[in-house]
Amino acid sequence: MGISRNRGLMALVVAGLILVGCASKAPEEEVPALEPVAVAPAPVKAEVPKEPAASITGSEKVTISKGPGMGTETLDGIFYFDFDQAIVKRSGHPELDKHAKVLKENPGFRVRLEGHADERGTREYNLALGERRANGIRAYLTAQGASRTQIEVISYGEEKPAVLGAGESSWAQNRRVAIKYRR
Amino acid sequence: MTGFRLACALLISTLVCSAALADLRIEVTQGVDNAVRIGVVPFNYPARTRLPESVHEIVDADLTLSGRFSTLPVQQMLSLPTSTESVLARDWRLLDVEYLVMGEMVRMEYGFRLRFELYNVFKQSVVLRQVIEGTEAELRDMAHYVSDEVFAALTGIPGAFSTRIMYVTADGPAGNQNFKLNIADADGYRRETILASKEPVLSATWSPDGNKVAYVSFENDARPAIYIRDLRTGLTQQITNFSGLNGAPAFSPDGRQLAMVLSKDGNPDIYVLNLENRRLRRITRHYGIDTEPSWRVDGEAIVFTSNRGGKPQIYQMLLSDLSIERLTFEGDYNAKASLLPDGSGLVMVHRREGVFHIALLNLQSGRLTVLTETALDESPSIAPNGSMLIYATQMDGEGILSAVSIDGGVKFNLPSSEGDVREPAWSPQKTKVFTPISP
Repeated sequence: MGISRNRGLMALVVAGLILVGCASKAPEEEVPALEPVAVAPAPVKAEVPKEPAASITGSEKVTISKGPGMGTETLDGIFYFDFDQAIVKRSGHPELDKHAKVLKENPGFRVRLEGHADERGTREYNLALGERRANGIRAYLTAQGASRTQIEVISYGEEKPAVLGAGESSWAQNRRVAIKYRR
Repeated sequence: MTGFRLACALLISTLVCSAALADLRIEVTQGVDNAVRIGVVPFNYPARTRLPESVHEIVDADLTLSGRFSTLPVQQMLSLPTSTESVLARDWRLLDVEYLVMGEMVRMEYGFRLRFELYNVFKQSVVLRQVIEGTEAELRDMAHYVSDEVFAALTGIPGAFSTRIMYVTADGPAGNQNFKLNIADADGYRRETILASKEPVLSATWSPDGNKVAYVSFENDARPAIYIRDLRTGLTQQITNFSGLNGAPAFSPDGRQLAMVLSKDGNPDIYVLNLENRRLRRITRHYGIDTEPSWRVDGEAIVFTSNRGGKPQIYQMLLSDLSIERLTFEGDYNAKASLLPDGSGLVMVHRREGVFHIALLNLQSGRLTVLTETALDESPSIAPNGSMLIYATQMDGEGILSAVSIDGGVKFNLPSSEGDVREPAWSPQKTKVFTPISP
């Protein structure tokens, strides 16, 4: 148990280190580069436990700490799908793992999984398809330790496109599931 | 609105006023080759005041928009007869007019009396002669009634001009759209918005008597629920509140039951709710998607969309023994089917070479005919006379309604002045039926 927790923490630290170099991924609260050089260890130690490991932002996203003094990261909450498919893409697994970890470690957190489809095909079929997609994400999260009671699934089908207009570039952005955090 | 309309009727030219009130405008894109040539003569109205509605113009527009008639402009008419006795057949033969609609209107204490005739110029015989009465507010209904009678007499098909169309509009940027559920006359006039919401509204459908509509709305806590609205009282009732999908409502032909799709038990399956005793019966049980139920006219079978075979196809279930039969085999996407009133075939959304069209499947011969040439077509709805169907498509990147005759011969568009238009549902009944009185 202790080992796996540590390993998880290590993974987060590593992820954090990688992400520091990626400016677009780390928004507002990026820690100044000077910080790691700080010389006074004692007072810092006292402050560390006060920082929450994860917090929900106003835009229904979640921000996690990348480890003591490593800054924070806002998790990507949009996952895309292929036409008439509800299979969770492998490329989304690493980010979903982080969401699952947040949910597992914060039993009080609730998420709404909003499933969507592109405009092609019929509206009711697309509502069912959007639900399939959101269910797929839920199955992944619960398999990784999130509780089913934390997760609500809702489908909007093709009724709430992210982008208006026809064509594969719009359609690809509309076939999605959005993970929305609520308090 | 009523005040505005009244002011319009009294002060300004009626025609301008009506045109401003119409949100859908009809443009015929394809008519029949051998359109019947007909003259709709202005109905004589012996009064100094103008009629609040130009009845003959409405009849003329109806017949033109059906795609089966070619009307003679009033300016080209050599005379304006009001009855058979005053018709100079030679004048009309010169103009190559086959039939004439004419008559007169008289103001009554509570409204108007309309006497109209349909005259065969070549045979010099009266085809139809009727007298009807209606209130001032019913003038448009009276005009559509005349169109229905003329259409039926000359084509053998009941007219569908006295019907209404329900449709959804959405406007605004992605993520912040306004949704409206509207009902208008089949010619686009007299639109009423029955629901306006910031959350999606879809799958609106009529009860068989035309007095109620059922629809899916996300207005309650951004979750889908099925609602039934009584159009006479204006009262709306939330019918379902299950977790998951609450969708695709469809009234049974007797109006007592509502088929729907629920996913409360894990998968989208079809259920039938008895509206009288509120008992819910699950009729499909499959891990695939089952959706878009539509009743057979006898109420004993339901056709629906299912991807149980891997791709969406149309299946039929007999309610007596819940046996299921697959109906479509051509193409890899067939959905949202509805049976023709005579049961001979079904119309549905069909994908061919990656493009979504509306298609007709003849259930006897198994022959599939693609009826539309547009793309991204969906939501076909059959007119109560079974001769036309209206559907949603796109033009210049915007959702519009379009209509096509079941034989594919007539096509017209109904572009809107207000955003994206979608999900048309043709009313099953006439709005107003007049009883002819003896002349």
